[in-house]
Amino acid sequence: MPQKKGKYTFELTTTPAVLGYAAVVGKKEGEGPYGKYYDQCHNDTTLGESSWEKAESRMQNEAVNIALRKSNLKNTDIDCIFAGDLLNQCISSTFGLKSLDIPFLGQFGACSTMAQTLGIASLFVESGAAGRAAAVTSSHFCSAERQYRFPLEYGGQRTPTAQWTATAAGCVLLGKRQDNPGAKIGLKAVTFGRIADFGIKDANNMGAAMAPAAAQTLMDFFKDSESSPQEFDLILTGDLGFIGSELLEEILGKEGIDIKPVHNDCGMMIYDREKQDVHAGGSGCGCSAAILCSAILQQMEQGQLHNVLFVGTGALMSPTSSQQGESIPSVAHLVYLTAT
Amino acid sequence: MTVSKKEYKTMADKASPPTKWGKNMVMAFLVGGGICALGQAFLHLYLYFGLDKKGASTFVSITLIFLSALLTALRIYDNIGKHAGAGSLVPITGFANSIVSPAMEFKNEGYVLGIGGKMFVIAGPVLVYGIAASILYGLILWFFHLY
Repeated sequence: MPQKKGKYTFELTTTPAVLGYAAVVGKKEGEGPYGKYYDQCHNDTTLGESSWEKAESRMQNEAVNIALRKSNLKNTDIDCIFAGDLLNQCISSTFGLKSLDIPFLGQFGACSTMAQTLGIASLFVESGAAGRAAAVTSSHFCSAERQYRFPLEYGGQRTPTAQWTATAAGCVLLGKRQDNPGAKIGLKAVTFGRIADFGIKDANNMGAAMAPAAAQTLMDFFKDSESSPQEFDLILTGDLGFIGSELLEEILGKEGIDIKPVHNDCGMMIYDREKQDVHAGGSGCGCSAAILCSAILQQMEQGQLHNVLFVGTGALMSPTSSQQGESIPSVAHLVYLTAT
Repeated sequence: MTVSKKEYKTMADKASPPTKWGKNMVMAFLVGGGICALGQAFLHLYLYFGLDKKGASTFVSITLIFLSALLTALRIYDNIGKHAGAGSLVPITGFANSIVSPAMEFKNEGYVLGIGGKMFVIAGPVLVYGIAASILYGLILWFFHLY
């Protein structure tokens, strides 16, 4: 059973096992610095579908199916799937996963969805509610642009603080430790974040809006678990981008916590900032999902990384709230991954 | 957290790189000026072919709108806009782009609710306030002509 530690952290005493994972990405992401780590890169970002929404759905479906195949499991072996995306009513998840016939629980955490679904899935497995659970999420640049911003062919300019929504999907399958003693990667703790709102209103500066949420969750975790950043090989936030990451380090610095030597951010990793013209970095549910479900988990399996804190950050605004002049509430969820 | 909202705003402003005004203005001037020069060239061409001034001006607008719609459909105009900014946004070509791009984008939602309903989603406010301003201007003009 999960043990509550401190005020906000759940300790997973059985260390639920990562059974499999997969990342599926689009062309731009495939051309990025982590291109070689993904399971599938689609050069045609429509994936041969007639709409961007269908393309995103298919990407999410592929991520689950590849993860199942890699771990020699069938869809019927999964007791519960937690999934989410950026689109209204999470249609990428519902349409993408409807054929899988797995009990489905839709989640919305904006770009924090990978950490949120992974955290909940781990609690389900830890508590025995599920023998095996899946966490999956996706985002697509084109479907996000048309919902949140302008049509693709509109000739506007992006601000220097804007982040580029990643066309990507990622899936992690979890199972009970006792059934999978050989699994290299496990989850040790989860901290669900509180909503933080520091008054940032610019929807084109989401990194700045989300940095305080990430700082708050990390501080909660360090306090609850009585640990410090030095005990981890990597603190991976996603997706603060370049501006948000700088602000996170600055906020924590003022609290006397130095994460700089071990900190990296999925939004800074997924693209080459200069060559790929992405301004402040990447974003979108799929950004942190793709980085985690490729390079990071692979490096953990290979023994290059042992203790990793994965902190998914989400900006919880909508076009409606932004148009009504509201500031951007943000949240960050933390998952503590460990490799044996 | 020890950081206050006010303090954080200063930190965020400092961390956020500013818009490159100088570069943007030069690009806008060159491309915007280029589009206008192109219009002028067409005007001379149509006058040369024997159209009167009014007819030639109308044909210039039609030509520029057509070229902008064509470049939008060929997925080129947004790449010009990325560098030119206001230079390609403000002239009549930008207005055409703002109507053609949602029409393309929302085709999947059908001809009525998609293309028809969303076509003016960006240009709509320009039309509303443009027409409202012209009515106001007309009223003022009419008022001054009374005396």
